[in-house]
Amino acid sequence: MASQATRDTGFDRVFNIVNHTVLLLFLVSVAYPLIYVVSASFSSPRAVINGEMWLWPVDATLEGYRAVFNNPRIVTGFRNSLFYTVVGTFVSVVLTILAAYPLSRKDLAGRNVIMFLFMFTMLFGGGIIPTYLTVRETGLLDTRWALIIPTAISVWNMIITRTFFQVTIPDELLEAAQLDGSSDFRFVWDNVLPLSAPIIAVNALFYAVGQWNTYFNALIYLTDQDLFPLQLVLREILIQNQINFDQMTDVTELARRQDLRDLLKYSLIVVASLPVLIIYPFVQKHFVRGVMIGSLKG
Amino acid sequence: MANVNVPTPSSTVGTDAPRAIPAAPARTRTRRVAGSIKKNWQLYAMLALPLAWLIVYQYVPMFGAQIAFRDYSPQGGFAGLYEAEWVGLKHFRRFFDLPNFWTVIRNTLVLNIYALLAGFPLPIILALALNYVGRAWFRRTVQLVSYAPHFISVVVIVGMLFLFVDGDGIVVRILSVFGYDGGGLMENPSYWKSLYVWSGVWQSLGFNAIIYLAALSGVDPTLHEAAILDGANKLQRIRDIDLPGIMPVAMILLILNMGTLLSTGFEKVLLMQNPLNMSTSEVIDTLVYRLAFDSVFPQFSLATAVGLFKGVIGLILLLAVNQLARRLRQQSLF
Repeated sequence: MASQATRDTGFDRVFNIVNHTVLLLFLVSVAYPLIYVVSASFSSPRAVINGEMWLWPVDATLEGYRAVFNNPRIVTGFRNSLFYTVVGTFVSVVLTILAAYPLSRKDLAGRNVIMFLFMFTMLFGGGIIPTYLTVRETGLLDTRWALIIPTAISVWNMIITRTFFQVTIPDELLEAAQLDGSSDFRFVWDNVLPLSAPIIAVNALFYAVGQWNTYFNALIYLTDQDLFPLQLVLREILIQNQINFDQMTDVTELARRQDLRDLLKYSLIVVASLPVLIIYPFVQKHFVRGVMIGSLKG
Repeated sequence: MANVNVPTPSSTVGTDAPRAIPAAPARTRTRRVAGSIKKNWQLYAMLALPLAWLIVYQYVPMFGAQIAFRDYSPQGGFAGLYEAEWVGLKHFRRFFDLPNFWTVIRNTLVLNIYALLAGFPLPIILALALNYVGRAWFRRTVQLVSYAPHFISVVVIVGMLFLFVDGDGIVVRILSVFGYDGGGLMENPSYWKSLYVWSGVWQSLGFNAIIYLAALSGVDPTLHEAAILDGANKLQRIRDIDLPGIMPVAMILLILNMGTLLSTGFEKVLLMQNPLNMSTSEVIDTLVYRLAFDSVFPQFSLATAVGLFKGVIGLILLLAVNQLARRLRQQSLF
């Protein structure tokens, strides 16, 4: 940025060449594994294992994807994850705003105490077993709510949201509304929410990506396979190597099964990551904004 | 504070109790608090649900952590907590006496320090490098691509890793060109930490640079102009202008990182573990999980004690580093 104004000479020219080369290498090293996975998901598994496929698909096939979409557990997991992501994000955003707005008001008595109660949980927590016992005691074990309620509020998101309200909602607006006899509920609904689209977007994205990508709570809170989110199914297939091919009607020889297993893994990785990666370039700036608001008040 | 002086028509909805000027200074504070609660009851109504959540799912577990000091049976509910016998530090002592106690502590520290050494400076370097790229499209492309892995789930990242470093994966095939013939890397304890750390760097380097890019964009451009007039080259400008400019942010992130020195990326470690690499991959967090959820006889009290031990040490560490940073550079979190 700072370099555009001047003509580079001598040392700076060398600096620029080195800088661009290093960044280009970095770019390739991040992109290559991603391209490799996508290409492998469309290639014949033999070509991948023999190393013939190194950049673009070889002997293109859609068999991996067919296997993915014919696997009932994957399809159920995908549907469950959609539910958890949509409902969980909604619940989280609502609760976050309900906490953040009152705490952004300077005239709220006791707000420092409440803020401290929230922030202390970022430093110290009861741990996974006491949390598990609480989830069990509140009757959420083996229900869909187990993945939504216990992690509903991220204190970090609540703090950025509060900072956003403090910075963007002018005191004069509140005073004017109060002069008009507006209550706090009305003020939030009529004045605060319409101004908060950017922070709602940031929150929704952080929560949605987090919810889509996590597996651990499902691992300890759920035993009913029909409730498993996609990530837990992925764990079984990608990490623990458990694939059930019962759905395949034709009798396939063992070697071909092993090949298909690898192919399915590549295709599955693409399918599982696609929803997030497709929307990501369009919402990238919101994430960046979220990180920046966060850095306003570390 | 904002609306204290606003004159409110008394005929309004009734949320604004008319406020008398306090007569006695001693009663001012109580009066003001009471007045505020009455006037702002709708704000407290909004807070009700989040506060209930905070108490039930954050503070009740903290209270429940006392099972670390009791002989709690996994089948007992919350009532069982009080019936469980008080045993003091027994479970902590059992933890210290575990045959793999020192291995677990060492693994946790080594893994985190390794991850910190690799993961802390690189985003700074990337941000500085991007900051000196003139062509906007190139900078944007690098950013777009390097942020992307951050959005891939940890299960998928580890799944990819397994496919790549498997006995016939691409990484092992490339290594075999240089004479390597040790089979899959994941099963090899001496490579495990590097796999963990560098796959993490691959995933989050780009995204972690965002905060430094933001800090760099806040550096006063006239400083650069003056430096260019004085004949400073780009390395000198980085050293004397940019680095001091991002120092405060870097210090805060370093403090935060030190505070979590005992908390590994637990979800990822758990996925990457197998019986063959356990000697380097077992850390405090995975031990807690294994004791409570992955054993024939779940040991909730022992597992909670181990987790509590980690939590307390982590808290002390964070406060200590924060104190140190405050003394050294007037930088601190609180």
